[in-house]
Amino acid sequence: MANEIAVKNFYNQSTNKHTGILSWLLTKDHKRIGLMYMMAIMTFFVVGMLIGILMRLELIAPGRTIMSAQTYNSLFTLHGVIMIFLFIIPGLPAIFGNFFLPIQIGAEDVAFPRLNLLSWYVYIVGAILVIVSLFLPGGPIDTGWTFYIPYSVRSSTNISLALFAAFVLGFSSILTGINFITTVHRLRAPGMGFFKMPLFVWATYATAWIQVIATPVIAITILLVIIERAFGVGIFDPALGGDPILFQHLFWIYSHPAVYIMILPAMGVVSEIIPTFSRRTIFGYKQIAYSSLAIAFIGYLVWAHHMFSSGMSDTARWIFSLLTFIVALPSGVKIFNWVATMYKGSIDPKPPFLWVMNFIFLFSIGGLTGLVLGSLATDIHLTDTYFVVAHFHYVMFGGTGTIFFAALHYWFPKMFGRMYNMKFARIAVVLYFIGFNMLYFPKFIMGYMGMPRRYYDYLPQFESLQRISTFGSWILVGTIFFIFGYLFHALRKGKKATSNPWGGVTLEWHIPSPPPLENFEKIPTITHEPYDFSQLKEMKDE
Amino acid sequence: MSGNNKHHISYGTYILVWAALIAFTSITVTIAGVNLGRYTLFIALAIAAIKSALVINIFMHIKFDEPIFKVFLGISGATLFIIFLLTFFDYIYR
Repeated sequence: MANEIAVKNFYNQSTNKHTGILSWLLTKDHKRIGLMYMMAIMTFFVVGMLIGILMRLELIAPGRTIMSAQTYNSLFTLHGVIMIFLFIIPGLPAIFGNFFLPIQIGAEDVAFPRLNLLSWYVYIVGAILVIVSLFLPGGPIDTGWTFYIPYSVRSSTNISLALFAAFVLGFSSILTGINFITTVHRLRAPGMGFFKMPLFVWATYATAWIQVIATPVIAITILLVIIERAFGVGIFDPALGGDPILFQHLFWIYSHPAVYIMILPAMGVVSEIIPTFSRRTIFGYKQIAYSSLAIAFIGYLVWAHHMFSSGMSDTARWIFSLLTFIVALPSGVKIFNWVATMYKGSIDPKPPFLWVMNFIFLFSIGGLTGLVLGSLATDIHLTDTYFVVAHFHYVMFGGTGTIFFAALHYWFPKMFGRMYNMKFARIAVVLYFIGFNMLYFPKFIMGYMGMPRRYYDYLPQFESLQRISTFGSWILVGTIFFIFGYLFHALRKGKKATSNPWGGVTLEWHIPSPPPLENFEKIPTITHEPYDFSQLKEMKDE
Repeated sequence: MSGNNKHHISYGTYILVWAALIAFTSITVTIAGVNLGRYTLFIALAIAAIKSALVINIFMHIKFDEPIFKVFLGISGATLFIIFLLTFFDYIYR
């Protein structure tokens, strides 16, 4: 590809003396590191997705269909671990944050390029450890991705190694967070105050803070479980005098903010795409920026809403329920501001914009059903049912996953210098929407009717809904392969992309596609607001 | 971070702080053996907080560093404090 594009870009310019694969493996260029993350993360996404489709296939009929109950237990655990730790937590910050954060603030690279490369290697080591844990004697873990005590202390599967893998992956996350915080504070271009930063940068910045502050909590928790398993110290296991609810507190003190590590960068991408395709400055820039910080902060204070039925105190239950409702406010601020941005805009429904519409619909369903689960009384009925599974798939996959595809379609021309087939992309949005809702919406109904999560078998009354869900999974997975297919085709044979195919105004659209090695010929001086579309004419004249 | 930090801390101060940390550790261990009811935990946490403050300020030089680092640490510390506080709503009222 690099040979066909004449201008110098980061594909044909290297930060080191090597060529070929070594020039990538030893690179310090944030764009190449972003793409290396993309390769790894998308590989794990496909693996997680294939595990998901096998689980759905097992559930197409009651009783044993294609696998044993023990295999099913291992598969849902693996699906969770891979999708959470290897795909959705690093997905947007590590790929698109790495690639675009320095460009959007007018920097040549991140503050610590070597640390950036190290974080990729740490991620790969963590991922390898997860995979190794599947094949060692003891067998793949079967606890669910939440590793709840006491089962995770007593299970004979390779829990300690899988936990250690999560520990290592946490370091990768922390290193990326430190890098982004420092980059935003130290490397903004002249004239770019905090309130002139694009909102994707704001969102990634807020996320970086969560990565740095929350991740050590899971690291400590993991070490405690490993110590308990190895030496029989009674920390969490009640049989040894420990407190199992303490584990749930510690686990969710990280894992709930982790939900915001997943969703905040996605919200940042939405705040980029909507103004570009509405040709209007974002409505309520400061409110959206502050709401990112508010979500990051309040996101720390709601963890125990995962524990309403765990046996913790009633006082804690109503306090955490109240706090959960409060976190809906900054999320609402964003949704309303996005909609207000579109109002009277000159909307151009190109594929990235359609993906964002998909997101708003799916994420709203996910968010609102979260309030049902955040209410104490209704949560008792729905805890550990399919309703919860449907809720978090709407939030995580419908939210972050959908925006992963939106970001891919939005920035693809910039990253690879090629355009994809618009017609195919539009068809994909529609098929994705159909497949997604067929797969996950029946789970709300089944959950309400009492279908428990993580069960390998079910009663006859769930059969038709289970079947619809499985058919939906085929449509969804087929669509995702279709997307990969036309994007891969575009990589090789797509039309050459101009520097600004969508008419965006943030800094990445001021430089060639793909960008040159150090992004800018000369570090720009920022004079405009981030979403000031009056620049478009000047940009065309340039 | 410490490249432009010209403040020099004497060895005497370091040794004094080290001695204080040892003393606080001894107190923590001793108190663990005394039955002070629900106050045990609060005293242990208070001692841990003082020890952290000494390490952060003296050994990590934050006391003599730029204000921005104090703000960063302050945010992290405040978050940790709130996490403890909210967890106690479970433990105290369980």
